[in-house]
Amino acid sequence: MAGLLQHLINGLAEGTIYALVALGYTMVYGVLKLINFAHGDVMMVGAYVGYAAAFVLGDGALGSLWGAVLVFLVSILFCGLLGWLVERFAYRPLREKPRLTALITAIGISFTLSYGFQLKVQPEIAGKKVTLLPGADPRTFPEIITPAEWVTLHVPAPAPAPDEVDPAAPHDAADDFVEIIIWNWQVISFVIALALMGGLQVLVFRTKFGRAMRAVSHDHRVAALLGIPVDRVIALTFMLGSALAACAGILYAIKDTLIQPMLGVQLGLKAFVAAVIGGIGNVQGAVLGAVALALCEELVVGYASSSWRDAVAFGFLIVVLLLRPQGLLGRVQAEKV
Amino acid sequence: MLRTTSTLVVAGAACALASWLFASSQFFALQASLVGVAVILAVSLNLINGITGQFSIGHGGFMGVGAYVGVVTSSLLTQFQLLPGAPQVVSDQLVLLIALATGGLAAGTMGFLVGLPSLRLKGDYLAIVTLGFGEIIRVAIQNTKEIASDELKLVQAQGIGAELAYRVTHLGRATGLSQIPQLTSFGMVWFWVFVVVMVTRRILGSPHGRALLAIREDEVAAEAMGVDTTGYKVRAFAVASFFAGVAGALFAHFQAIITPAQFDFVKSTEIVVFIVAGGLGSTSGAVVSAMALTLLPEVMRSLFGGFNVEQIRKPLFGLLLVVIMLTRPQGLFGTHELWDLGKRKKRPA
Repeated sequence: MAGLLQHLINGLAEGTIYALVALGYTMVYGVLKLINFAHGDVMMVGAYVGYAAAFVLGDGALGSLWGAVLVFLVSILFCGLLGWLVERFAYRPLREKPRLTALITAIGISFTLSYGFQLKVQPEIAGKKVTLLPGADPRTFPEIITPAEWVTLHVPAPAPAPDEVDPAAPHDAADDFVEIIIWNWQVISFVIALALMGGLQVLVFRTKFGRAMRAVSHDHRVAALLGIPVDRVIALTFMLGSALAACAGILYAIKDTLIQPMLGVQLGLKAFVAAVIGGIGNVQGAVLGAVALALCEELVVGYASSSWRDAVAFGFLIVVLLLRPQGLLGRVQAEKV
Repeated sequence: MLRTTSTLVVAGAACALASWLFASSQFFALQASLVGVAVILAVSLNLINGITGQFSIGHGGFMGVGAYVGVVTSSLLTQFQLLPGAPQVVSDQLVLLIALATGGLAAGTMGFLVGLPSLRLKGDYLAIVTLGFGEIIRVAIQNTKEIASDELKLVQAQGIGAELAYRVTHLGRATGLSQIPQLTSFGMVWFWVFVVVMVTRRILGSPHGRALLAIREDEVAAEAMGVDTTGYKVRAFAVASFFAGVAGALFAHFQAIITPAQFDFVKSTEIVVFIVAGGLGSTSGAVVSAMALTLLPEVMRSLFGGFNVEQIRKPLFGLLLVVIMLTRPQGLFGTHELWDLGKRKKRPA
């Protein structure tokens, strides 16, 4: 019981990070009908930019609120710019081409980013070694949030079976309780992710920009006829998704403490799967799918074997696609010919 | 039928002769085999991605299935004298052929099973399901056990059934399988190159091929014309997977060691790069670009000695994809074929 509770907490913390990435996939799919394979890699870049920012700020900024905020801001701005560049120069020229063309381009960008970051480029600029590309070795992410136990719950342990109890041994009070730990970074990342999702919800459903975005998603040609600046809306959607990915990247780095160039591919795929499970193009669906997926993974790790973790997402995906191809919250759309 | 058989026989004889002539040069044999395997993979993926217009990025996974099943088969069979009295070369090639067939059939069956549910879905979903399938294969192999030689001896004493069961559950985790019998000659590889090209051409010339092209051009219209779209797609997928499996088994039998990481997402993307560069839908394009891009690192290595080619190759492939899509999305050949060059264009009636 206590074990289950701990897995649920971990799963929920992980799920909110997946959800932030999944939102980027689902928004871009909504407006462009494109699986932006490079999205996971934008997240990886976000984690590295956060790493670089924390490195430049130095030890003094670690653990302080403003230091952390600054790290997030730098990463968000950088990734927003990266998202804009990718959209402007790689996807926009292909918008009227067959959809496969953009998909292949997206795979190409993902490949370039994830393997480009595995090169080590350290030129000397003004007598100082400047790392431009980090190389394939994992790096330890600086502790921009000092880890501490936020809450430690003591749950009564199940009574051991009578034959397991050694009557001669003195009774140890510590055996009566099982500890459930909620870390402060779990709470912080949960709150940040929840706030961002709430903000996005307001943005998409309550503002003028959100209405324009939904119109473009519905039909971008008609939206353009009605005077909606389609190019600008799509560019902003990309930047928004990339900014969310940057936050997710840093939150993931805080959780996992190690970052490496391939993390975007793995996590990005899972987040995409989460978006499909929830119903791609659907904002609430992405969050639901992400949390469901993370809980599933956590339970498999807890009760089966951790080495099967990476297969869970795709197994789950295939089951959902078989039973409910439109996703959990998606609606079936009749195809007009 | 007679024509097909005689062409196959002639091609087989030519390949065997070439293999015998060039047997002394190990470097040449290795490069020729690598290129041949790349060509088989590219031409077979082109059947799905280019000709049928679907989008699979899990070809590496099917290659992996073929490789592992092939190795299990050949390690079982090399203990027996299949053809008493025949020279070693002949019995080796017979074992290899059986290994290729089982590897290919396993991958083809897998392709059928994966394709059946996922090919009902639209293009990008297929991409993600095939990708996921590749990952599941990799994780599944990583969850098997490693072969221990003393255990293997015990099991071998219990008979072939026990050994088969042992080998199937002991695929060597992430470290991979080693001590694979080195049976592949590059003549065998190029014989299969010939087979896959011919099969693709024959499919294209048949009603089956026209149905596939119709699906590529407009799936809804094809369905309205009475084409059983899912059925055709699944069959094309199974055939392509079969050849991916054969390529994997060939690959395994000239590599000293195979690991699940060799058949991951990166491998699948490489094959996609081959066919995109060559022109989606063009078999000759797939052949030419698979050859060129496989030899490219070697050429670069000899041009800039000491330069870390392997590391820069992957980001370069990514950039190449983007640049091709932006500047020449139809690739090198478009949907044209080398063998159509001399033909007169049909005038519209």
